[in-house]
Amino acid sequence: MSTTAVNFKESATQYCHDLDHRQRIKTALTGYEVKRDENKARFTSWEEARQIAAEIKYEVISHLDQYLELFEKNLKARGAHVHWASDAKEARDIICRIAQENQVKHIIKSKSMTSEEIHLNEALEKNGFDVFESDLGEFIVQLRNEPPYHLVFPSMHLTRHQISETFTAKLGSARVTEPEQLTMIARDIMRQKFCLADMGISGVNFGVAETGMISVTENEGNARLTTALPRIHVALMGIEKMVRRMEDLAIFLPMLATAGAGQALTCYNTLFGAAKLPGEPDGPEQFHVVLLDNGRTAVLADAEQRDSLHCIRCGACLNVCPIFRNVGGHSYGTVYGGPIGSVITPNLRGLQDWKHLSFASSLCGACSQACPVKIDLAHHLLQNRRNSVKEKPPAFEGLLWHGFSFVMQKPALYRLGAKVGGLLQPLHEFVKGSALDPAKGWTETRETPQIAKQTFTQWWKENRQ
Amino acid sequence: MKVTLFIPCFIDQCFPDVGISVVKILEKLGHAVDYPTEQTCCGQPAFNSGAWDQARATARQALKVFRDAEVVVSPSGSCGAMMKVFYPDLFKDTPEHKEACVLANKTWEFSSFLVNKLGVTDLGASFPGKATFHDGCHGLREMKVQREPRELLKHVRGLELVEMKPNDTCCGFGGTFAVKFPMISTAMGEQKCAAVAETGADYLISLDSSCLMHIQGMFDKQGKQMKSLHLAEVLAHNL
Amino acid sequence: MNSREKILGRIREALQVKAPMPGHHGEAHAHPAQTNVDGIRHWLPKVGANWEQQKDLFAQNSVALKTEFKVVANAAAAVAEIKRVAAAGKWKRIAAHRTPLLTEVASGVGLDTLWTEKGYAKQDLESCDGGISACEALVAQTGSVMVTTQSSGGRALSVLPPHHIVVATREQLVPDLAAAFELVRRKYNGNFPSAMSFITGPSRTGDIERILVLGAHGPKQLTVLLIA
Repeated sequence: MSTTAVNFKESATQYCHDLDHRQRIKTALTGYEVKRDENKARFTSWEEARQIAAEIKYEVISHLDQYLELFEKNLKARGAHVHWASDAKEARDIICRIAQENQVKHIIKSKSMTSEEIHLNEALEKNGFDVFESDLGEFIVQLRNEPPYHLVFPSMHLTRHQISETFTAKLGSARVTEPEQLTMIARDIMRQKFCLADMGISGVNFGVAETGMISVTENEGNARLTTALPRIHVALMGIEKMVRRMEDLAIFLPMLATAGAGQALTCYNTLFGAAKLPGEPDGPEQFHVVLLDNGRTAVLADAEQRDSLHCIRCGACLNVCPIFRNVGGHSYGTVYGGPIGSVITPNLRGLQDWKHLSFASSLCGACSQACPVKIDLAHHLLQNRRNSVKEKPPAFEGLLWHGFSFVMQKPALYRLGAKVGGLLQPLHEFVKGSALDPAKGWTETRETPQIAKQTFTQWWKENRQ
Repeated sequence: MKVTLFIPCFIDQCFPDVGISVVKILEKLGHAVDYPTEQTCCGQPAFNSGAWDQARATARQALKVFRDAEVVVSPSGSCGAMMKVFYPDLFKDTPEHKEACVLANKTWEFSSFLVNKLGVTDLGASFPGKATFHDGCHGLREMKVQREPRELLKHVRGLELVEMKPNDTCCGFGGTFAVKFPMISTAMGEQKCAAVAETGADYLISLDSSCLMHIQGMFDKQGKQMKSLHLAEVLAHNL
Repeated sequence: MNSREKILGRIREALQVKAPMPGHHGEAHAHPAQTNVDGIRHWLPKVGANWEQQKDLFAQNSVALKTEFKVVANAAAAVAEIKRVAAAGKWKRIAAHRTPLLTEVASGVGLDTLWTEKGYAKQDLESCDGGISACEALVAQTGSVMVTTQSSGGRALSVLPPHHIVVATREQLVPDLAAAFELVRRKYNGNFPSAMSFITGPSRTGDIERILVLGAHGPKQLTVLLIA
């Protein structure tokens, strides 16, 4: 088992026993579920909308090179800079270089999971820039030195008391515990940071090819401020985030809001196409878009799983996943968790090291059902399992399945095996639950079913044949 | 119609009454029932573990056994889904692909067979008691069976059916998942047991004995009262 | 070969193999979905057939969003509303930008005014109690206000001051997001403003225990005055 798999199992075990965590997550998601279902019901047909969204993404991804070229052309026509980064290091270097060349000291960021993916903050800090996360949830986990817990809700796992303690310890602020009071503390600090920052770094929810614009979705207003006040705006975008034209947003923005946050539309959805244009009163002097590959073209090349690039990072699959709800966002040990993370991480970061995420699922399929763009998530987990076995057949388990299929192709042997099992079962009673119990994984928390005195096949032979 | 049964290995071994109930019900409805005794396993454990070569080897036995069947009916959403939904994937780009598709097309989950193929919803069954229903995930999401068991249970005299809240969450069995990731499987099972208990039902019904094995196993280990029954056992109760 | 060429090259090579069509388990979809504006509109929430119905929908959405929405008869009535808000909040200074309508309205309020359209100092804007702007459109379906850098006083005016007041006119009410895009397409004819934003209610967050708090970083209050 890889170290990552060991860590996952240890963390999962801890969280699965943590009933407080279980309850907190349940409470956090219950409100979301009610609002999500209300807003889904407002669509004339949410299911038909899913098919449209899926087909738009299919069209774009199937012609990704053309859409990216058009996107770049339109951005550059308005004076924006477009950079292409093959991997995380290149992206970090590009962004650091932009900061250095422009005498940047203070950087403010709005929420970007892609920036987490490339470990941007550490690189910026190492290069002497000070970096602040302006999104409240990201700010909180940044202070706590924790990774974000969830794609959309980074601080979902924390109570107001924990947040209050963090603020008191790290900010020296007064001890308050009401969410409103805590939010105001962050608001007051951030206002000064927005004014002070030389550079704002944002993520991108959608890249609009036809008009050469990026679309940024948020509720707090911090992305709008990150991109309004500092003199440089850098936007980091995974190459798969494209849509065709502005009108596609008419379906994606509501679906992202509904599936992701249980809202009809999030508070701010902003399209950026240029730095400050002549005649405009404010805005950055420079606008940079950094296009990131970092393994996405490899996923693209796997036609079977190409649709995992359709992901709009709404987090709906996390919210419905019983695995996520029990092991918690931190157990995944990587930036993308939940079902989508379990699908793409083995393909982005290494199949053998990360395959355990694809195995840690009961394949219930709730994720596939929830996905607004109909990514075949549950089946991709199966495909990852198959691919990992093909690439490196597991030693012991491989023998097990060889034995299994050998027996199952010989009905007489199978019936014999079952008979023997029936005879041995009383012996199992002696070792049940102990270290000697081969079925300990089961018997620790469950009783085992009794092998029947007369199997169905025996009954059939006696009574019907 | 001649109905060929596919009885999952764990029903054959541990819950034979489920299979016997299916036979009795189909015979009552006037159909000839066949059970090829050379059947073994659908291959799902190997399939879910990524060992598709071994899964195919196992599944070839099923292809052989059911080659001449008119329809194949299985009292399991999980194993039914393996044959109906996953066999075509499993045998893609192999010489057996066409045969796998033929088998998939003629495979039915038991409750769906009764309601959608035979058009039967009232079997004249009676079963007094308060029960709740657990939808196994493969049956629910892969085979799209949700309405059918409820249609059938609606006509069972004396039965009070209460829905769990939520009623579409995985119980945590997941086949080999239950032993590979027992802590997660158990946590999910705990929540399922709590939802079941909250209904105040005395009986837990499902069309998947594999899920029931896991949920009932937890109730038993905790020393809590609950009686699990397969849908077929309820419908055949007084036959 | 630079990264651009490498990435595009990898994409082109990958796309030589076609992927299966989307849909549950690769089910063939009978006919492809209609993915243009008409197709999209078909499945989105209904908007109402005429201006009155759409105005009522905007009003309904505003209530849910906690946007203060008022229909007023004329500019003078708008001024009166703003004066009321300013008095209640004990405002000392407002920010606004000059358009014929807004100049009239903001001047009428009679408070110290920071005019932003020719640029401003950040700290000055930061100290304003309210920001008054025009807009491009009001979107009935979502209860959104569409602002752009060229019609609505720049990027920060509508997001930095703690209370944002929008002054809109009758013909700016459009049914849905697609209609709003259509409006800016026609108006700007390819020369789009550098930023365009849909504002849907006051700023908010649910990051602490999923409890809704208004005024995270953007305005805590949003007032929309529709002159009609």
